[in-house]
Amino acid sequence: MSKVIKFSDISDAVKELCLQAAFKLPDDTLKALQESLTIEKSPAGRSILNQCLQNASLASSESLPLCQDTGFAIFFVNMGSEVSVDGGILTDAINEGVRRGYKEGYLRNSIVKDPLFNRINTGDNTPALIHIDIVKGDMLSITLLPKGGGSENMSSLAMLKPSDGREGIIDFIVSTVVKAGGNPCPPVVVGAGIGGTADKAALLAKKALLRQIGSSHADPQYAGLEKDILARINDSGVGPQGLGGTVSALAVHIETFPCHIASMPVAVNLNCHSARKATVNL
Amino acid sequence: MKNISAPLSAELIRSLRAGDEILLTGTIYTARDAAHKRLISLLESGEKLPVDLSGQVLYYTGPTPPRPGMAIGSAGPTTSSRMDKYTPSLVAATGLGGIIGKGIRSEEVIRSLKDNTCVYFAAVGGAGALLARQIKSARVVAYPDLGPEAIYKLEVVDFPLIVAIDCEGNNLYVEGPRKYKKQN
Repeated sequence: MSKVIKFSDISDAVKELCLQAAFKLPDDTLKALQESLTIEKSPAGRSILNQCLQNASLASSESLPLCQDTGFAIFFVNMGSEVSVDGGILTDAINEGVRRGYKEGYLRNSIVKDPLFNRINTGDNTPALIHIDIVKGDMLSITLLPKGGGSENMSSLAMLKPSDGREGIIDFIVSTVVKAGGNPCPPVVVGAGIGGTADKAALLAKKALLRQIGSSHADPQYAGLEKDILARINDSGVGPQGLGGTVSALAVHIETFPCHIASMPVAVNLNCHSARKATVNL
Repeated sequence: MKNISAPLSAELIRSLRAGDEILLTGTIYTARDAAHKRLISLLESGEKLPVDLSGQVLYYTGPTPPRPGMAIGSAGPTTSSRMDKYTPSLVAATGLGGIIGKGIRSEEVIRSLKDNTCVYFAAVGGAGALLARQIKSARVVAYPDLGPEAIYKLEVVDFPLIVAIDCEGNNLYVEGPRKYKKQN
Protein backbone atom coordinates (compact mmCIF):
# COMPACT_ATOMS: atom_id res chain seq x y z
CA MET A 1 0.00 0.00 0.00
CA SER A 2 1.49 3.27 -1.04
CA LYS A 3 0.52 6.55 -2.59
CA VAL A 4 2.78 8.29 -5.08
CA ILE A 5 2.57 12.07 -5.30
CA LYS A 6 4.29 13.92 -8.13
CA PHE A 7 7.02 16.43 -7.32
CA SER A 8 5.30 19.01 -9.54
CA ASP A 9 1.94 18.54 -7.79
CA ILE A 10 3.62 19.37 -4.48
CA SER A 11 5.40 22.46 -5.80
CA ASP A 12 2.20 23.66 -7.52
CA ALA A 13 0.26 23.26 -4.27
CA VAL A 14 2.96 25.07 -2.27
CA LYS A 15 2.99 27.95 -4.75
CA GLU A 16 -0.77 28.35 -4.23
CA LEU A 17 -0.30 28.21 -0.44
CA CYS A 18 2.18 31.10 -0.62
CA LEU A 19 -0.32 33.23 -2.54
CA GLN A 20 -3.29 32.30 -0.39
CA ALA A 21 -1.45 32.97 2.88
CA ALA A 22 -0.09 36.31 1.69
CA PHE A 23 -3.40 37.70 0.38
CA LYS A 24 -6.15 36.18 2.47
CA LEU A 25 -6.46 36.52 6.21
CA PRO A 26 -7.76 33.20 7.62
CA ASP A 27 -11.41 33.20 8.75
CA ASP A 28 -10.51 32.57 12.41
CA THR A 29 -8.19 35.61 12.51
CA LEU A 30 -10.77 37.76 10.77
CA LYS A 31 -13.48 36.71 13.21
CA ALA A 32 -11.23 37.40 16.21
CA LEU A 33 -10.41 40.88 14.88
CA GLN A 34 -14.09 41.65 14.30
CA GLU A 35 -14.90 40.56 17.86
CA SER A 36 -12.03 42.61 19.26
CA LEU A 37 -13.54 45.73 17.72
CA THR A 38 -16.59 45.31 19.95
CA ILE A 39 -14.54 45.13 23.16
CA GLU A 40 -11.74 47.65 22.49
CA LYS A 41 -12.32 50.73 24.65
CA SER A 42 -9.69 53.06 23.15
CA PRO A 43 -11.00 55.16 20.22
CA ALA A 44 -7.54 55.15 18.60
CA GLY A 45 -7.39 51.41 19.22
CA ARG A 46 -10.70 50.93 17.41
CA SER A 47 -9.50 53.05 14.53
CA ILE A 48 -6.39 50.82 14.28
CA LEU A 49 -8.50 47.64 14.37
CA ASN A 50 -10.71 49.09 11.65
CA GLN A 51 -7.64 49.71 9.51
CA CYS A 52 -6.59 46.08 10.04
CA LEU A 53 -10.01 44.85 8.88
CA GLN A 54 -10.10 47.20 5.87
CA ASN A 55 -6.59 46.05 5.01
CA ALA A 56 -7.70 42.40 5.05
CA SER A 57 -10.64 43.11 2.79
CA LEU A 58 -8.53 45.13 0.33
CA ALA A 59 -5.70 42.57 0.27
CA SER A 60 -8.13 39.78 -0.53
CA SER A 61 -10.10 41.62 -3.20
CA GLU A 62 -7.02 43.07 -4.95
CA SER A 63 -4.66 40.09 -4.41
CA LEU A 64 -2.21 42.31 -2.55
CA PRO A 65 0.02 41.12 0.30
CA LEU A 66 -1.65 41.79 3.68
CA CYS A 67 1.74 42.98 4.93
CA GLN A 68 4.92 43.96 3.09
CA ASP A 69 6.72 41.46 5.32
CA THR A 70 5.60 38.31 3.53
CA GLY A 71 7.76 36.42 5.95
CA PHE A 72 10.04 33.47 6.38
CA ALA A 73 8.18 30.57 4.74
CA ILE A 74 7.78 28.09 7.59
CA PHE A 75 6.20 24.72 6.80
CA PHE A 76 4.70 22.08 9.05
CA VAL A 77 4.33 18.84 7.13
CA ASN A 78 2.50 15.69 8.19
CA MET A 79 3.68 13.02 5.82
CA GLY A 80 1.80 9.72 5.77
CA SER A 81 4.14 6.73 6.04
CA GLU A 82 2.53 5.33 2.87
CA VAL A 83 3.35 8.44 0.81
CA SER A 84 6.26 8.63 -1.59
CA VAL A 85 7.31 11.46 -3.89
CA ASP A 86 7.95 10.83 -7.57
CA GLY A 87 10.50 12.95 -9.39
CA GLY A 88 12.50 14.40 -6.51
CA ILE A 89 12.52 14.92 -2.77
CA LEU A 90 9.87 16.65 -0.67
CA THR A 91 11.99 19.54 0.59
CA ASP A 92 13.11 20.41 -2.95
CA ALA A 93 9.48 20.42 -4.09
CA ILE A 94 8.52 22.78 -1.26
CA ASN A 95 11.40 25.15 -1.99
CA GLU A 96 10.49 25.13 -5.67
CA GLY A 97 6.92 26.11 -4.75
CA VAL A 98 8.18 28.96 -2.55
CA ARG A 99 10.44 30.24 -5.32
CA ARG A 100 7.53 30.34 -7.79
CA GLY A 101 4.93 31.61 -5.32
CA TYR A 102 7.01 34.57 -4.12
CA LYS A 103 7.84 35.54 -7.72
CA GLU A 104 4.37 35.16 -9.21
CA GLY A 105 2.65 36.85 -6.29
CA TYR A 106 5.06 39.83 -6.21
CA LEU A 107 5.84 38.92 -2.58
CA ARG A 108 8.89 40.34 -0.83
CA ASN A 109 12.02 38.23 -0.61
CA SER A 110 13.17 38.62 2.98
CA ILE A 111 15.86 35.95 3.47
CA VAL A 112 19.60 36.69 3.56
CA LYS A 113 22.27 34.06 2.85
CA ASP A 114 24.18 34.45 6.10
CA PRO A 115 23.08 35.90 9.44
CA LEU A 116 26.29 37.80 10.17
CA PHE A 117 28.99 38.14 7.54
CA ASN A 118 27.12 37.93 4.24
CA ARG A 119 23.68 39.43 4.60
CA ILE A 120 22.89 39.18 0.88
CA ASN A 121 19.31 38.45 -0.16
CA THR A 122 18.89 34.95 -1.59
CA GLY A 123 16.55 36.54 -4.14
CA ASP A 124 13.74 33.97 -4.03
CA ASN A 125 12.81 33.74 -0.33
CA THR A 126 14.36 30.28 -0.02
CA PRO A 127 15.39 28.30 1.88
CA ALA A 128 12.02 27.56 3.43
CA LEU A 129 12.08 26.28 7.00
CA ILE A 130 10.50 22.83 6.96
CA HIS A 131 9.38 20.69 9.90
CA ILE A 132 8.32 17.16 8.93
CA ASP A 133 6.41 14.66 11.05
CA ILE A 134 5.86 11.14 9.79
CA VAL A 135 2.30 10.01 10.55
CA LYS A 136 0.17 6.95 9.74
CA GLY A 137 -1.73 6.78 6.48
CA ASP A 138 -1.49 8.01 2.90
CA MET A 139 -2.06 11.73 3.25
CA LEU A 140 0.45 14.53 2.75
CA SER A 141 -0.67 17.59 4.70
CA ILE A 142 1.31 20.82 4.23
CA THR A 143 0.72 23.93 6.33
CA LEU A 144 2.47 27.23 5.62
CA LEU A 145 2.97 29.81 8.35
CA PRO A 146 4.63 32.87 6.79
CA LYS A 147 6.33 34.57 9.74
CA GLY A 148 7.23 38.23 9.80
CA GLY A 149 10.44 39.50 11.42
CA GLY A 150 8.72 42.00 13.72
CA SER A 151 6.81 39.39 15.67
CA GLU A 152 9.49 36.68 15.48
CA ASN A 153 12.07 39.05 16.99
CA MET A 154 9.95 39.27 20.15
CA SER A 155 10.20 35.51 20.84
CA SER A 156 11.50 34.45 24.22
CA LEU A 157 12.67 31.38 26.13
CA ALA A 158 12.95 30.77 29.88
CA MET A 159 14.32 27.66 31.56
CA LEU A 160 12.11 27.98 34.64
CA LYS A 161 12.45 25.93 37.80
CA PRO A 162 9.67 23.40 38.45
CA SER A 163 9.01 25.29 41.69
CA ASP A 164 8.16 28.45 39.70
CA GLY A 165 4.85 26.75 38.97
CA ARG A 166 1.76 28.16 37.31
CA GLU A 167 2.42 31.75 38.46
CA GLY A 168 5.99 31.64 37.14
CA ILE A 169 4.71 30.62 33.74
CA ILE A 170 2.02 33.31 33.70
CA ASP A 171 4.50 36.02 34.71
CA PHE A 172 7.01 35.04 32.04
CA ILE A 173 4.48 34.89 29.19
CA VAL A 174 2.69 38.12 30.17
CA SER A 175 5.95 40.03 30.62
CA THR A 176 7.16 38.86 27.20
CA VAL A 177 4.06 40.35 25.57
CA VAL A 178 4.17 43.56 27.61
CA LYS A 179 7.88 44.15 26.96
CA ALA A 180 7.33 43.59 23.23
CA GLY A 181 4.93 46.56 23.21
CA GLY A 182 4.01 47.61 19.70
CA ASN A 183 6.85 45.75 17.97
CA PRO A 184 5.03 42.47 17.17
CA CYS A 185 1.97 44.38 15.84
CA PRO A 186 -0.62 43.68 18.53
CA PRO A 187 -3.24 42.46 19.02
CA VAL A 188 -1.05 39.36 18.86
CA VAL A 189 -1.66 35.64 18.92
CA VAL A 190 0.46 34.14 21.70
CA GLY A 191 1.98 30.70 21.15
CA ALA A 192 3.50 29.11 24.25
CA GLY A 193 5.44 25.86 24.42
CA ILE A 194 5.79 24.35 27.87
CA GLY A 195 7.96 21.31 28.59
CA GLY A 196 10.37 19.22 26.55
CA THR A 197 13.77 20.86 26.20
CA ALA A 198 14.85 24.35 25.12
CA ASP A 199 14.60 23.42 21.43
CA LYS A 200 11.36 21.44 21.83
CA ALA A 201 9.64 24.24 23.76
CA ALA A 202 10.55 26.74 21.02
CA LEU A 203 9.08 24.48 18.34
CA LEU A 204 5.93 23.86 20.38
CA ALA A 205 5.45 27.62 20.80
CA LYS A 206 5.59 28.07 17.03
CA LYS A 207 3.26 25.10 16.45
CA ALA A 208 0.78 26.54 18.93
CA LEU A 209 0.21 29.42 16.48
CA LEU A 210 -1.37 26.96 14.03
CA ARG A 211 -4.30 26.20 16.30
CA GLN A 212 -7.69 27.66 15.41
CA ILE A 213 -8.06 31.04 17.14
CA GLY A 214 -10.86 30.78 19.67
CA SER A 215 -10.27 27.09 20.39
CA SER A 216 -9.14 25.98 23.86
CA HIS A 217 -6.59 23.42 25.00
CA ALA A 218 -8.14 19.93 25.33
CA ASP A 219 -6.95 19.64 28.94
CA PRO A 220 -9.18 21.84 31.15
CA GLN A 221 -6.23 22.80 33.38
CA TYR A 222 -4.31 24.21 30.42
CA ALA A 223 -7.50 25.72 28.97
CA GLY A 224 -7.88 27.58 32.27
CA LEU A 225 -4.26 28.70 32.13
CA GLU A 226 -4.74 30.03 28.58
CA LYS A 227 -7.79 31.98 29.70
CA ASP A 228 -6.02 33.48 32.72
CA ILE A 229 -2.96 34.51 30.68
CA LEU A 230 -5.15 36.11 28.00
CA ALA A 231 -7.02 38.11 30.65
CA ARG A 232 -3.75 39.27 32.25
CA ILE A 233 -2.35 40.34 28.85
CA ASN A 234 -5.50 42.28 27.98
CA ASP A 235 -5.45 43.99 31.39
CA SER A 236 -1.91 45.23 30.70
CA GLY A 237 -3.07 48.19 28.62
CA VAL A 238 -0.64 47.51 25.71
CA GLY A 239 -3.51 47.65 23.21
CA PRO A 240 -3.57 47.68 19.41
CA GLN A 241 -0.10 48.55 18.05
CA GLY A 242 1.12 49.10 21.62
CA LEU A 243 -0.49 52.56 21.73
CA GLY A 244 -2.85 51.72 24.58
CA GLY A 245 -6.11 49.81 24.79
CA THR A 246 -7.97 46.82 26.08
CA VAL A 247 -7.21 44.33 23.28
CA SER A 248 -3.53 43.33 23.32
CA ALA A 249 -3.91 39.67 22.33
CA LEU A 250 -6.52 37.77 20.33
CA ALA A 251 -5.68 34.38 21.83
CA VAL A 252 -3.22 32.39 23.94
CA HIS A 253 -2.44 28.87 22.72
CA ILE A 254 -0.39 26.45 24.80
CA GLU A 255 1.26 23.24 23.62
CA THR A 256 2.97 20.90 26.07
CA PHE A 257 5.39 17.97 26.17
CA PRO A 258 6.78 15.74 28.96
CA CYS A 259 9.99 17.07 30.47
CA HIS A 260 12.99 16.27 32.68
CA ILE A 261 12.52 16.12 36.48
CA ALA A 262 14.83 19.14 36.82
CA SER A 263 13.27 21.32 34.12
CA MET A 264 10.32 23.47 33.14
CA PRO A 265 11.18 25.16 29.83
CA VAL A 266 8.75 27.80 28.54
CA ALA A 267 9.01 29.38 25.11
CA VAL A 268 6.88 32.17 23.68
CA ASN A 269 6.34 32.84 19.99
CA LEU A 270 4.14 35.77 19.02
CA ASN A 271 2.19 36.23 15.83
CA CYS A 272 0.98 39.63 14.64
CA HIS A 273 -2.70 40.49 14.11
CA SER A 274 -2.13 39.53 10.49
CA ALA A 275 -1.90 35.90 11.66
CA ARG A 276 -1.51 34.18 8.31
CA LYS A 277 -1.60 30.45 7.66
CA ALA A 278 -2.76 28.09 4.93
CA THR A 279 -3.03 24.31 4.61
CA VAL A 280 -3.30 21.86 1.71
CA ASN A 281 -3.93 18.11 1.87
CA LEU A 282 -2.66 15.98 -0.99
CA MET B 1 -8.26 64.09 12.60
CA LYS B 2 -5.71 66.68 11.41
CA ASN B 3 -4.66 67.12 7.79
CA ILE B 4 -0.99 68.05 7.42
CA SER B 5 1.47 68.25 4.55
CA ALA B 6 5.09 67.16 4.19
CA PRO B 7 7.82 68.38 4.31
CA LEU B 8 7.05 69.67 7.81
CA SER B 9 7.68 73.17 9.15
CA ALA B 10 9.05 73.57 12.69
CA GLU B 11 5.87 75.41 13.60
CA LEU B 12 3.72 72.50 12.44
CA ILE B 13 5.90 69.96 14.28
CA ARG B 14 5.53 71.96 17.49
CA SER B 15 1.74 71.94 17.13
CA LEU B 16 1.50 68.13 17.03
CA ARG B 17 0.73 66.23 20.23
CA ALA B 18 1.14 62.54 21.07
CA GLY B 19 -2.20 60.84 20.37
CA ASP B 20 -3.22 63.12 17.46
CA GLU B 21 -4.64 61.22 14.51
CA ILE B 22 -3.20 62.61 11.28
CA LEU B 23 -3.69 62.39 7.53
CA LEU B 24 -0.41 63.28 5.82
CA THR B 25 -0.13 64.47 2.23
CA GLY B 26 3.08 65.27 0.35
CA THR B 27 6.55 63.90 -0.25
CA ILE B 28 8.21 61.38 2.07
CA TYR B 29 11.34 59.21 1.80
CA THR B 30 11.81 55.57 2.74
CA ALA B 31 14.83 54.12 4.55
CA ARG B 32 15.30 51.06 6.72
CA ASP B 33 18.24 49.09 8.16
CA ALA B 34 20.64 48.87 5.21
CA ALA B 35 20.01 52.44 3.95
CA HIS B 36 20.54 53.81 7.46
CA LYS B 37 23.85 52.01 7.73
CA ARG B 38 25.02 53.67 4.50
CA LEU B 39 23.72 57.14 5.43
CA ILE B 40 25.49 57.00 8.78
CA SER B 41 28.78 55.90 7.25
CA LEU B 42 28.56 58.88 4.83
CA LEU B 43 27.97 61.22 7.79
CA GLU B 44 30.90 59.69 9.68
CA SER B 45 33.25 60.26 6.76
CA GLY B 46 31.92 63.82 6.30
CA GLU B 47 30.36 63.15 2.89
CA LYS B 48 27.15 64.57 1.43
CA LEU B 49 23.98 62.47 1.73
CA PRO B 50 22.19 61.44 -1.50
CA VAL B 51 19.04 63.31 -0.34
CA ASP B 52 18.54 66.55 1.60
CA LEU B 53 16.44 65.47 4.57
CA SER B 54 15.90 68.86 6.20
CA GLY B 55 12.26 69.09 7.32
CA GLN B 56 11.52 65.86 5.46
CA VAL B 57 9.69 62.78 6.74
CA LEU B 58 11.46 59.41 6.71
CA TYR B 59 9.35 56.25 6.48
CA TYR B 60 10.73 52.93 7.77
CA THR B 61 9.40 50.51 5.19
CA GLY B 62 10.57 47.84 2.78
CA PRO B 63 7.72 47.41 0.28
CA THR B 64 6.80 44.34 -1.73
CA PRO B 65 7.53 44.63 -5.48
CA PRO B 66 4.80 46.50 -7.37
CA ARG B 67 2.49 44.60 -9.68
CA PRO B 68 2.55 45.96 -13.25
CA GLY B 69 0.62 49.22 -13.34
CA MET B 70 0.91 49.91 -9.62
CA ALA B 71 3.06 52.60 -7.98
CA ILE B 72 4.23 50.32 -5.18
CA GLY B 73 3.45 47.01 -3.52
CA SER B 74 2.28 46.64 0.08
CA ALA B 75 4.14 49.14 2.23
CA GLY B 76 3.48 49.16 5.96
CA PRO B 77 5.93 50.27 8.67
CA THR B 78 8.73 48.09 10.01
CA THR B 79 9.95 47.95 13.64
CA SER B 80 11.62 51.28 14.43
CA SER B 81 13.85 50.19 17.29
CA ARG B 82 16.27 48.59 14.83
CA MET B 83 17.06 52.13 13.65
CA ASP B 84 17.54 53.50 17.21
CA LYS B 85 21.31 53.18 16.96
CA TYR B 86 21.38 55.46 13.91
CA THR B 87 18.53 57.91 14.55
CA PRO B 88 20.07 60.45 16.97
CA SER B 89 23.01 61.28 14.71
CA LEU B 90 20.85 61.27 11.58
CA VAL B 91 18.29 63.65 13.12
CA ALA B 92 20.99 65.98 14.46
CA ALA B 93 22.96 66.10 11.21
CA THR B 94 20.05 66.52 8.78
CA GLY B 95 17.31 68.45 10.57
CA LEU B 96 14.86 65.67 9.77
CA GLY B 97 11.27 66.79 10.51
CA GLY B 98 9.51 63.50 11.11
CA ILE B 99 9.82 59.74 11.18
CA ILE B 100 7.17 57.09 10.46
CA GLY B 101 7.55 53.60 11.91
CA LYS B 102 6.10 51.30 14.52
CA GLY B 103 6.97 50.51 18.12
CA ILE B 104 8.89 52.00 21.00
CA ARG B 105 12.05 54.14 20.69
CA SER B 106 15.07 54.42 22.97
CA GLU B 107 15.63 57.28 25.44
CA GLU B 108 18.44 58.58 23.19
CA VAL B 109 16.05 58.79 20.24
CA ILE B 110 13.40 60.59 22.30
CA ARG B 111 16.01 63.10 23.49
CA SER B 112 17.13 63.74 19.90
CA LEU B 113 13.50 64.36 18.83
CA LYS B 114 13.19 66.97 21.60
CA ASP B 115 16.56 68.58 20.93
CA ASN B 116 15.97 68.83 17.18
CA THR B 117 12.21 69.48 16.92
CA CYS B 118 11.36 66.21 15.21
CA VAL B 119 8.18 64.11 15.52
CA TYR B 120 7.69 60.34 15.51
CA PHE B 121 4.54 58.98 13.87
CA ALA B 122 3.15 55.45 14.11
CA ALA B 123 1.52 53.88 11.07
CA VAL B 124 -0.46 50.68 11.51
CA GLY B 125 1.89 47.74 11.19
CA GLY B 126 0.35 44.95 9.16
CA ALA B 127 -1.87 47.29 7.12
CA GLY B 128 0.51 47.33 4.15
CA ALA B 129 -2.14 46.95 1.45
CA LEU B 130 -4.28 49.75 2.85
CA LEU B 131 -1.30 52.09 3.26
CA ALA B 132 -0.05 51.35 -0.27
CA ARG B 133 -3.33 52.68 -1.65
CA GLN B 134 -2.42 56.12 -0.25
CA ILE B 135 0.95 56.11 -2.04
CA LYS B 136 0.49 57.66 -5.48
CA SER B 137 4.04 57.42 -6.83
CA ALA B 138 7.34 55.83 -5.86
CA ARG B 139 10.77 56.46 -7.34
CA VAL B 140 14.13 55.09 -6.20
CA VAL B 141 16.44 58.01 -5.40
CA ALA B 142 19.39 56.14 -3.83
CA TYR B 143 20.85 52.66 -3.37
CA PRO B 144 18.86 50.74 -6.04
CA ASP B 145 21.06 47.71 -5.31
CA LEU B 146 19.30 47.36 -1.95
CA GLY B 147 15.99 46.36 -3.61
CA PRO B 148 13.17 46.82 -1.08
CA GLU B 149 15.67 48.54 1.23
CA ALA B 150 16.54 51.27 -1.30
CA ILE B 151 15.63 54.90 -0.57
CA TYR B 152 12.37 55.71 -2.37
CA LYS B 153 10.78 59.12 -2.81
CA LEU B 154 7.04 58.66 -2.27
CA GLU B 155 4.11 60.96 -2.96
CA VAL B 156 1.38 60.17 -0.44
CA VAL B 157 -2.19 61.43 -0.06
CA ASP B 158 -4.13 61.24 3.23
CA PHE B 159 -1.64 58.77 4.69
CA PRO B 160 -3.13 57.72 8.09
CA LEU B 161 -0.81 58.19 11.09
CA ILE B 162 -0.91 58.66 14.85
CA VAL B 163 1.55 60.99 16.59
CA ALA B 164 3.38 58.53 18.84
CA ILE B 165 6.13 60.76 20.29
CA ASP B 166 5.88 64.54 19.92
CA CYS B 167 8.76 67.04 19.97
CA GLU B 168 8.24 67.65 23.68
CA GLY B 169 8.86 63.98 24.39
CA ASN B 170 5.26 63.01 25.20
CA ASN B 171 5.11 59.32 24.40
CA LEU B 172 1.90 57.50 23.50
CA TYR B 173 3.69 54.14 23.87
CA VAL B 174 3.94 54.95 27.58
CA GLU B 175 0.86 57.10 28.18
CA GLY B 176 -1.57 54.93 26.14
CA PRO B 177 -0.91 51.65 27.97
CA ARG B 178 -0.83 53.51 31.32
CA LYS B 179 -4.31 54.87 30.65
CA TYR B 180 -5.79 51.46 29.83
CA LYS B 181 -3.89 49.31 32.33
CA LYS B 182 -6.34 47.64 34.68
CA GLN B 183 -5.43 48.03 38.34
CA ASN B 184 -5.73 44.69 40.12
